[in-house]
Amino acid sequence: MDIFVQQIINGLVLGSVYALVALGYTMVYGILELINFAHGEVTMIGAMVSLTVISALVGVGVDLPGVVIVLLGLLAAIPVCMGVGFTIERLAYRPLRNAPRLAPLITAIGVSIVLQNIAMLIWGRQYISFPPILPQGRHQILGATITDVQIAILVASVVLMLGLTLMVKKSRLGRAMRATAQSPQIAGLMGVNANTVISLTFILGSALAAVAGVMVSAYYGLAHYYMGFLLGLKAFSAAVLGGIGNLAGAVLGGLLLGVIESLGAGYIGGLTGGVLGSNYQDVFAFFILILVLMFRPSGLLGERVGERA
Amino acid sequence: MSLLAIQHLSVSYGNIQAVSRADFTVDEGERVCLIGANGAGKTTLLKAIAGMLPVAHGAIHFAGQSITRLASHQIVHLGLALVPEGRGIFSRLSVQENLAMGAYIRRDKAAVQQETNEIYQRFPRLGERRNQPAGQLSGGEQQMLAIGRALLSRPRLLLLDEPSMGLAPLMVKTIFETIADVAERGVSVLLVEQNARLALATCERGLVMERGEIALQGAAATLAQDATIQRAYFGV
Repeated sequence: MDIFVQQIINGLVLGSVYALVALGYTMVYGILELINFAHGEVTMIGAMVSLTVISALVGVGVDLPGVVIVLLGLLAAIPVCMGVGFTIERLAYRPLRNAPRLAPLITAIGVSIVLQNIAMLIWGRQYISFPPILPQGRHQILGATITDVQIAILVASVVLMLGLTLMVKKSRLGRAMRATAQSPQIAGLMGVNANTVISLTFILGSALAAVAGVMVSAYYGLAHYYMGFLLGLKAFSAAVLGGIGNLAGAVLGGLLLGVIESLGAGYIGGLTGGVLGSNYQDVFAFFILILVLMFRPSGLLGERVGERA
Repeated sequence: MSLLAIQHLSVSYGNIQAVSRADFTVDEGERVCLIGANGAGKTTLLKAIAGMLPVAHGAIHFAGQSITRLASHQIVHLGLALVPEGRGIFSRLSVQENLAMGAYIRRDKAAVQQETNEIYQRFPRLGERRNQPAGQLSGGEQQMLAIGRALLSRPRLLLLDEPSMGLAPLMVKTIFETIADVAERGVSVLLVEQNARLALATCERGLVMERGEIALQGAAATLAQDATIQRAYFGV
């Protein structure tokens, strides 16, 4: 029982990071019907920039609490990621706005590789470790353990997701985003500059990615120029699992994928009599993804394609 | 001076020149209708005026300034609104949100609220369904919503593309009463309409479009008496 609860907790923590990244995929897809494959790399850059700032602050021996230092790293990462997201759209995707759909897709993969290589040039090939400056408290809950970092990740994710939902549902910008997603031409007649809305969508998604990047490097204690690839792939899968284009779907898909992955890691050894170890957790997660999509091709909360105007 | 002045306007749609060398004006407070067969270029002309299609040649002036090269999101600020063909409502947004989109360019919240309530009074069905997705409305209700939404940008000129399309006669009557009311309040109207008889009865002046060109223009009453027009468009 306690292993089960433990894996659920771990899964929810991991899943909320996936969800934050998945929101970026799904917001862009909702408006442009474009899979921004470079989004995972934006997350990686968020992790790298924040770690650079955090390591530098720790290196010079700043006398601040660990949490404050991490927040300063985050504050540095967010604008950098926003800038990267904005630039990607402006330089790589906007010139291809009216091109056949395959062109921006290939470009997205290209941008992803370019960003990886830039990161490798700046930060090198080695793993960068997260300084142990965060509180290491552990708490017992239902026979399982939850750490301070895990609690912080969960709380911050919930706050960000609620904030984003509120913004999209209630604000003028959110309404303009939804209108543009449905018809950029008609939204234009209302006075909405589609390019501005698209830029803001990239900027917003990239800010969430920056936060996710800091979370994931704090959680695993590591960052690496290649970390965005698998994280991005999983977050993208989470968005597809929930129904791409749907915000609630991205959150649900992210949490589910995280939980499935954790349960897979916890039980796959026992279930297969030790043939498959917990390193097969990714296979397990993607197997579930394929299974769901076989029966619900539009994802769990996705609309049937015909319902799109 | 005219509110809208179209000079030698040509618009291409792919390789086809859908509008060629159109010349006409709409004066302040005037109601003008644009009639013609399917494919004559009426919708293309309206879209080009509203900034949804690029102009190949010629010029469009609105309220004294050139809007030839402006995008639709800029033009609406000058007081020109288009109710597009097929209504173009945001089906997944609620009725209320569709109206809010109509007022997107405005910051005077109190007045917008006031005018939104007036629209609900004029079209009670919209008020009853204000929180429902607009896609659930009937065709006529969607047309009312599209007109109400366009009015919330406070246009000086309202372009309407086939507002009666696919609607029941009673609904057509309501829509045309609304158009007449709007014009009463000083908003100029440029109306594209399949129902030529109704269009000429509603407007002061008419334009007849044939194969991308303005073939004929004049007082609506005169055009309505024209034997050629009666044969071609009234089905007599």
